[in-house]
Amino acid sequence: MTKKILRNEAFQSLFASLICIVLGVLIGYIVLLFINPTGAGEAIMEVLKNFLHYSKTNLQIKNFGNTLVKTAPLLMCSLSILFAYKVGLFNIGAAGQYCVGICASIYCAVALGLGWLPCLIIAAVCGALYGAIVGLLKSYCNVNEVISGIMLNWIALYTTNMILNTVKESTSPYTFHLNTHGEQAMLPGLGMDKIFAGNQYVTLALPLAVLTAVLIYVVLEKTKFGYELKATGYNKNAAKYCGMAEKRNIIVTLMISGAIAALGASFMYLTDYEQWSCTSSAVPAMGFNGIAAAFLGGLNPIGTIFSSYFIQHITNGGAYVDKTVYCSQISDLISAIIIYLCGFVFFIKYTMNNILDKQEEKQALKAKEAAETQEGGDK
Amino acid sequence: MLLLIQYTLIFASVLALVALGGCFAEHSGVINLGLEGIMVIGALGGALMMRYAPDGIGAFPLIMLVIIAAIVFGVFYSSLLGVACINFKANQTIVGTALNMLGTAAATVIVKAINTAANPDDVSSTIQYVDEKKSFLVNIGGFEFNWFMLIAALGVVAAYVILYKTKFGLRLMACGEHPQAADSVGINVYKMRWAGVLISGLFGGLGGICYILSGVSEWKFENGVAGFGFLALAVMIFGQWKPTRIAMAALIFGFFRALSNVFFGFPFLVALNIPGSIYNMMPYVICLIVLAFTSKKSRAPKAEGIPYDKGQR
Repeated sequence: MTKKILRNEAFQSLFASLICIVLGVLIGYIVLLFINPTGAGEAIMEVLKNFLHYSKTNLQIKNFGNTLVKTAPLLMCSLSILFAYKVGLFNIGAAGQYCVGICASIYCAVALGLGWLPCLIIAAVCGALYGAIVGLLKSYCNVNEVISGIMLNWIALYTTNMILNTVKESTSPYTFHLNTHGEQAMLPGLGMDKIFAGNQYVTLALPLAVLTAVLIYVVLEKTKFGYELKATGYNKNAAKYCGMAEKRNIIVTLMISGAIAALGASFMYLTDYEQWSCTSSAVPAMGFNGIAAAFLGGLNPIGTIFSSYFIQHITNGGAYVDKTVYCSQISDLISAIIIYLCGFVFFIKYTMNNILDKQEEKQALKAKEAAETQEGGDK
Repeated sequence: MLLLIQYTLIFASVLALVALGGCFAEHSGVINLGLEGIMVIGALGGALMMRYAPDGIGAFPLIMLVIIAAIVFGVFYSSLLGVACINFKANQTIVGTALNMLGTAAATVIVKAINTAANPDDVSSTIQYVDEKKSFLVNIGGFEFNWFMLIAALGVVAAYVILYKTKFGLRLMACGEHPQAADSVGINVYKMRWAGVLISGLFGGLGGICYILSGVSEWKFENGVAGFGFLALAVMIFGQWKPTRIAMAALIFGFFRALSNVFFGFPFLVALNIPGSIYNMMPYVICLIVLAFTSKKSRAPKAEGIPYDKGQR
């Protein structure tokens, strides 16, 4: 019975992810020990505790809400990467598509004064078109999607800075607050702020993100469309041979992937939780953290929900370390280590199966021997 | 105009060095997407050396020490890629990306820890090297010659000789084209791939320190190296994995990168009244266009990106 569980693909993925998390946190702890041994244990606990840092329940719930607010866009980014990865594409351009989503949603909300639904739709369309560039370059010009994705990330960053420069405050590099300049575009709260101790940033975004995860699971696992996409990922030539439009599949995949990432940006910036700084010198880390979440979730849309929360949990937790000794980037370090370790997941699973195989062989041998001695005794 | 040439040459040096690193790794059969992270760590090594080198040790020893530190850091860091991708057959894309994120995060944490330990109020991730930087520069009639320009030129020559004129280089390339065939004639593919990865770490580290010494005299490690590792990969593809062509490609890309630094020095460009952001994105746009036209007939090493498995036919 235990064997069956150990053989289970889902269990193995979960087990491997847990190993990655434990090792990642452990290495983070060792790094903290090197910086200053006296407070290291406390610091790593702060990272892991995050909102439990506060003693009042009210504050805990409110800060739990803050973590969730940022989990929604992270989940979308990791779903975007996961979806493309299932089709054999590594969409590192999700960070740029996210950036385009920010640009579209803020511009539509503040400059054009559109409502939240048109804002979401326009952001998704812009993200899809931006993703399509990667897809077109990949399928028609054979450009490696990682390199074109990175180039487009930088182009998106500078374009966003340039366009949003028209809707920024005159005294600071930040764009206007939505609650003063684009209230109609703010995502509806659905009364969720009352659950989260008056945290007005918890909105429709959260259930929508979870819904997207379920939707992607269904599309990938239960539909012909998803099957065709995955087949293209496994073997492009075989897919072509079977009559699938492999070029179109690649482009469509990256369009969907781009749309998801861009929607993630709207989920964040249409809550007014953050404003865009028009002097940004790097694309938001959200797209890259999405890679960590996608792989930590075992490349399963449902697993990604939990891994996204975990990554965001420690990222937020980094803010609570004692800043006179340590720095909050320790959580970035831990996430990066976790992705690195995710590279070994294949090896972990291989070793597990190997050990199980050997045990089974031994048992089979023993059973055989036992049977033989039994036979011998009878004679 | 002189300034434009100067910046073009220094950025081209960075790109050429890093692209050569990528070239060695790919010829051995490993795609090194972690070049960006290797650059950051190499730059960290060099910057720390500049910070801790004793005062007044003279220009030449300082240059040597900084270069050695950058190379040691770069090679050490690239071994993380080697372990995962060669021995454990991990996915090279994921590990490369992880190394990029890890590089920036680790450098930020380390530099902040050092800064905070020295002065509790200092929580920046910046290292300054105003005086040390002067050792790397020679002023020739208004043109600031940087020793790295020479190093990059030597690197190109060395890479050409090693790859095409030595037994080692030809064996290395064989491992990237058809590892099974290479193995069958007694070449240790794993060793060759390790060599390729470590050499890419060497060049990556050099490129990293060269990058942070290119324009400014202090570096904020939170910023990383602004996609130069990936630009270098584009240079490598445009250069068709050949050292001499890589040098040419690096000059072209370096020119466009330099333009964004010095465009305000040209009255006719300022008169066009194009926002600075356009110049900033220029190298990346050019890169995409160039890639679109050159990738179709690219001559990439055939076995790159596929982990070598002895048991596989």
